[in-house]
Amino acid sequence: MQASLPKSAPGSSASDSAAVMHFATTESCLDINDFSLAYAGVPALQHLSLQVPRHRVTAFIGPSGCGKSTLLRAINRLHDLNESVTLSGNIQLEGRDIHAPQLNVAELRRRVGMVFQNPNPFPMSIYENVAFGLRLQGRMPKRKRDDTVEWALQSAALWEEVKDRLYRSAWTLSGGQQQRLVIARTLAVRPDVLLLDEPASALDPISTLKIEELIRNLKSQLTLVLVTHNMQQAARVSDYTAFLQGGELVEYGPTDSVFTNPRLQRTENYITGRMA
Amino acid sequence: MIQRLAKNRDEAWPWLSAASVALSLLMLAALMSLLVVRGLGHFWPAPIEEVTLADGQVIAGHAVREAPLPDRPGHERLYYTANRDLDGALWQWVALDAIQTRSTPADLVLLDRASWGDFVGRLVAVVTPNERLEGEAAWQALQQHLNQRNAVANGAPSSAASGDSHVPGDTYLPGDTYLIVESVEGRRRQQPLHDIHRAQRPNAMSMGENIQTWGGAVWRFLSQGPRAANTGGGVWPAIFGTVLMVLLMSLLVTPFGVLAAIYLNEIAHQGRLTRLVRIGVRNLAGVPSIVYGVFGLGVFVYGIGGSLDEWFFSDTLPSPTFGTGGLLWASLTLALLTLPVVIVATEEGLARIPDAQREGALALGATRLEMLTRIVLPMAAPAMLTGVILAVARAAGEVAPLMLVGVAKLAPQMPLDGEFPYLHLERKFMHLGYHIFDTAFHGEDVQAALPLVYATALLLVLIVLVLNLTAIFLRHHLRRERGN
Repeated sequence: MQASLPKSAPGSSASDSAAVMHFATTESCLDINDFSLAYAGVPALQHLSLQVPRHRVTAFIGPSGCGKSTLLRAINRLHDLNESVTLSGNIQLEGRDIHAPQLNVAELRRRVGMVFQNPNPFPMSIYENVAFGLRLQGRMPKRKRDDTVEWALQSAALWEEVKDRLYRSAWTLSGGQQQRLVIARTLAVRPDVLLLDEPASALDPISTLKIEELIRNLKSQLTLVLVTHNMQQAARVSDYTAFLQGGELVEYGPTDSVFTNPRLQRTENYITGRMA
Repeated sequence: MIQRLAKNRDEAWPWLSAASVALSLLMLAALMSLLVVRGLGHFWPAPIEEVTLADGQVIAGHAVREAPLPDRPGHERLYYTANRDLDGALWQWVALDAIQTRSTPADLVLLDRASWGDFVGRLVAVVTPNERLEGEAAWQALQQHLNQRNAVANGAPSSAASGDSHVPGDTYLPGDTYLIVESVEGRRRQQPLHDIHRAQRPNAMSMGENIQTWGGAVWRFLSQGPRAANTGGGVWPAIFGTVLMVLLMSLLVTPFGVLAAIYLNEIAHQGRLTRLVRIGVRNLAGVPSIVYGVFGLGVFVYGIGGSLDEWFFSDTLPSPTFGTGGLLWASLTLALLTLPVVIVATEEGLARIPDAQREGALALGATRLEMLTRIVLPMAAPAMLTGVILAVARAAGEVAPLMLVGVAKLAPQMPLDGEFPYLHLERKFMHLGYHIFDTAFHGEDVQAALPLVYATALLLVLIVLVLNLTAIFLRHHLRRERGN
């Protein structure tokens, strides 16, 4: 499957610290070009360039504070509300700059869904949570909305557990169910990209397994970007892995080769847990 | 030693705090029981004592209270003897050692009259154009007449709607039936029937009748307008005025307070200026209420009201329409007074909403407005209600500013009636708090008004309680609906 992707041979140039991996434009969903971000003048991301392939799971790994969550939030433009953030470079979604002035932020966020570390269902019924994004898009026949809600819950592997209590408060669900509900809520608006910011770190092992299985199943429908602290998780679910450190991209490549045969010593140290 | 002291202190402070809680609760209980006993007890039909004094004088009335004699050892007792038309006074102090006999004869009657207040004494006869009834037959006849008249008043809305059930009898037996009554000293008087509201024999009543009479008196207190310069009658216009003013105030203060809080918490850049504004708002809550009254008088009444009069009501000038205190200005002034409370409470509610909820909504493609109206505001609704509860509690008890901007001792018309445009915002209104103040200090007979003061105070507490409970119930319902 990965072999079918045209790509430049990884490890061709060891002197280049940043990864060299290019997809043909038809295969790449997100193009991050020389992207830098600073909070109140303190750089958090520095000259990042990478491409995220379509319909694959790409994992961002790295130590705390390396900027992986910042990058994820930047793709969803969640930094807009923070006035102290300054940006340079660009991020393109399907060839269009997401910071372009004529771009509608709400529309961007509909196309780029995001799931956060802690489940954040709204204080409404399960049904209303999933229908929230649909209602934002204007009127829709109830029948169609019901169908979409059911489809989203089924896609998130939650339907069987909640179909009898759709109108109960979402806050009565367990943590793992809540996280799958949040994923269903995001899927309901049919995004092209799903950003997952440590989606399983607050969950028990069984819920974590369910989420991972869900991530693997979803890549047939959309592009997933996963931020995780869990090396095994990255190895289990992702097709490509980017290792970030200190706001810079250290290594990026197919997950197999990053984990089994990292080009750089820094990457190997981190993956094997030998980092100071 | 020091360690032991420290240890003792460690054990002492929970007790200290518990004691202060207990003390506060005790004071609260004392306050409420004082109001309940003095306020509600007033309506209980007390027995009438007939007292013979050492000098041969005979008096009759309710024993009210006792006090030490001013000039020699011993006590004296205050009697409510009524009969202002005969004695010139409603009250009489009697030294206890001057009392020779006390009895409670069953035939003593208490008449509630439209003029001269109550009468205490005996019924001698009922005289109609056709007949003259005496003794027990007279009492029966009087009861029958009064019942008939009440039935007419209740059954014929045309006469009842002209209102004023406290000027009874106009439509029935116009002045040609009268009673002959006699005080316990034997002085007689002719008493026109139409002048009498009620007649009772408190000493001859059973427990059931007592309760019935008490209930009737409480109901009249709640449902009728005041009379005898607020020392008698009921407080209905004041209840109505208070509740209406508080409701209007809530309607005015909620949108402003909530919008201000949203701006401060969600929209404004969180810098030094915002912090200053926030401190300012919090300090506004501490400004004495009379200052708001002065502001309301100067800006709302004279400023805006005066201009409104010049523009729209110039034909009635110089008599002012909006240029004088009224319901609208009073509500606005109190809305201003309670604005900080609503802002602070709402802001605290907004600050408690996790950013994850806001980001969750944004990440689904909600605009900022959609995020606010669909997620943030519903989640902050309980906090807003808390603010409104606090505002209502404060506004319902506030009297000082109202005296400047619209409250009246006796409002001639209710602010809400069947006359277009139904809600008369320019009218003056009555208010329970001001009614208490006025009744307690400005009546002709403070002694008579005092129980009404307690009763009115109790009522004011109860109204605030009911308003608060309603809001608390609403908040609880909202929280349950949201599942937290």
